[in-house]
Amino acid sequence: MDLNYTKEEQAFREEVHSFVRDNLPKDIAGKVLHHKRLVKDDWVRWQKILYKQGWVAPNWPKEYGGCAWTPIQQHIFDEECGYAGAPRVMPFGLVMVAPVIQNFGSQWQKEYYLPRILSSEDWWAQGYSEPGSGSDLASLKTKAQFVKSAQGDHYIVDGQKTWTTLGQYADMIFCLVRTDSTVKKQEGISFLLIDMHSPGITVRPIITLDEEHEVNEVFFDNVKVPAKNMVGEEGKGWTYAKFLLGHERTGIARVGESKRELEQLKDIAGKQLRNGKPLMEDPRFRDRVTAVEVELMALEITLLRVLSSRSKPGPEASILKIKGTDVQQALTELTMEAMGPYALPFRPETRDAGWHGESVGPEYAASAAAVYFNYRKTSIYGGSNEIQRNIISQMVLGL
Amino acid sequence: MDFIFSDEQQQLRDSIQKFISKEYGFEARKAIIASKQGFSDKVWAHFADMGLLGVAFDEAHGGFGGNSVDTMLVMTELGRGIVVEPYFSTVVLGGSLIDLAGSEAQKQAILSEVAQGKLLLAAALGEPNSRYELNCVETTAKRDGAGYVLNGHKAVVLHGESADKLVVSARTAGNAREAKGISLFLVDKKSAGVAVQGYRTIDGMRAAEIKFANAKVGADGVLGEVDAAFPVLERATDVAVSALCAEAVGAMEALNAATFEYLKTRQQFGRPIGSFQALQHRAVDMMIHNEQSRSLALLASVKVQSEDPNERKRTVSAAKIQIGHSGRVISQEAIQMHGGMGVSNELAAGHYAKRLMMINATLGDVDHHAERFASAA
Repeated sequence: MDLNYTKEEQAFREEVHSFVRDNLPKDIAGKVLHHKRLVKDDWVRWQKILYKQGWVAPNWPKEYGGCAWTPIQQHIFDEECGYAGAPRVMPFGLVMVAPVIQNFGSQWQKEYYLPRILSSEDWWAQGYSEPGSGSDLASLKTKAQFVKSAQGDHYIVDGQKTWTTLGQYADMIFCLVRTDSTVKKQEGISFLLIDMHSPGITVRPIITLDEEHEVNEVFFDNVKVPAKNMVGEEGKGWTYAKFLLGHERTGIARVGESKRELEQLKDIAGKQLRNGKPLMEDPRFRDRVTAVEVELMALEITLLRVLSSRSKPGPEASILKIKGTDVQQALTELTMEAMGPYALPFRPETRDAGWHGESVGPEYAASAAAVYFNYRKTSIYGGSNEIQRNIISQMVLGL
Repeated sequence: MDFIFSDEQQQLRDSIQKFISKEYGFEARKAIIASKQGFSDKVWAHFADMGLLGVAFDEAHGGFGGNSVDTMLVMTELGRGIVVEPYFSTVVLGGSLIDLAGSEAQKQAILSEVAQGKLLLAAALGEPNSRYELNCVETTAKRDGAGYVLNGHKAVVLHGESADKLVVSARTAGNAREAKGISLFLVDKKSAGVAVQGYRTIDGMRAAEIKFANAKVGADGVLGEVDAAFPVLERATDVAVSALCAEAVGAMEALNAATFEYLKTRQQFGRPIGSFQALQHRAVDMMIHNEQSRSLALLASVKVQSEDPNERKRTVSAAKIQIGHSGRVISQEAIQMHGGMGVSNELAAGHYAKRLMMINATLGDVDHHAERFASAA
């Protein structure tokens, strides 16, 4: 047993570290580190920098332009990027739909979509959840009806998706749609790639507790989708979606970002005063910071154990989702508490990078409460933590 | 023992409930928050008509002769409606400071105006470095003829921008953290040398940073005994904290009711999600949290009148600790059980959660009161 990174892995970390240090634009990192509002261009710019370096798709096989890194290398990369304040690479295209296209897509889909995903030419969104189908995703109702036509076979899509993250930017959306309502619910679902610019699509913002526009409702009204946009076989969408879940989970622990937030928290608690002394010296507060730090240490090793195991990450990945989001939420909560009464002021205008008004309280306090409320989403999205517990109890414990 | 409200108290409660359910729905509240001043003059006038604004003041001062139990009753209802009008800052905190520190003439002049809805107060107690410690006062008041000159920065003054008069704690003697040497002043917000920077708070209310630069206060603006305001300050904020606890209880009750209703109606896997035991037990814990909070809020509303400062402090801090813990659990669980809807600003649940978390950050969080509880033994 050797719980150290190998020499090669350490060298790799050095390489990533210096690349990120030299190439991550300062303005973008500044926004991430100070919880300012990001705009589409911030993500795209960073992804294009990674693309130029050949590092934008660590999880893709080499033949498609990926890095074919080991899971440990991918983790090192994620950690370094997260720690430095790089925006999260948008997972919808690169991490989610791409592996599905690579494994189940047609030659045309591979040739057309994969290069555009790689170069960030298309912004992808995920079309899974519906108003009536959250945890019970397989009950989804958005319908795609096949139409044979001399002008080209196509589907007509009607229905609604919701909680569509950054759907306001999307050029494409991959959707789970119902193509057959006469069979078992999982077997009637198909995986369809839909152009967001198609007539009949309406995007309506959902404003979250921090008054930000991050998620949307997407309405499909008689939307025509070419038949060639169907991935794999009709009725196999559920299988593909489950395949995708395994790909989605490894980054979910967010160890690098949490390390960064922990450090910021300690820094803030060192500056905030409680009865004339740094809050960090208050045993009550310090003990709670310690408790999160210990959880994070354990999470990192748990993650590395999962990544190092020879078998593909299975239901154990749910542990990473649960503990990863626990840690993230605990950090936002402690950061908010560290502000004392300065948690109250709410000035969304200060989150614009161009804002230069008079601040209220310490600058680091400006978005603490907003971030706390925003991060309540993490235990709900990507399969709620209740669903993750169901997965573990059924698949691991056999209960 | 008697836990029963009098007929009069029950009538008062019913009338507030009726008003809130009729006039203070989610959309009405949203419009009020979006308005320039952030609360409704119309609602405020209605509160005056209902007698809410003077409920705990002496009849001699234009009030209705009630006490902190009546305040509790009102605040619970306002919490249930997440009402954003400046009741807490004007009537409860501002009113208690005047009531406990003011001269007979000051009480008569100010409390009667408050009770009629003609005067708004705000308490400027906290400072950028004070966190929750009332004794951390760096703002100074220096003698100037018969009056004083104020200099300093007061932080997160609840409803500071809309207030007509400010109750300000300032140092007349001693060092920055000494309990002795603090005095209270009644300052007209429009006075020269008073600069107000107002802003929204995340729970839908308003607050302000207030800076004093050689602001003059006449002799009639001194509130209570010079250099000796700290005990009064503690007592008045205890009244305020017990009222906040009552507000939290109302908010918890409403939030729990909304969550339990959601558990019964939201269908997944062909049945209501409330049929899953994993959620049932957590819902029960939320209900127990609410009951435990109610118990201590009741106790605090009675014991805050105690002449024994230790008994008063212990009880009030115990209540604030309980509602801090319970408010956190209930608000987090409520959001989680509402799923995506819980993080949407378009549903009331999240707004209750915001208020509950900010109550914890007002006049002392759990850690602050844990220490205070232990030291008041």
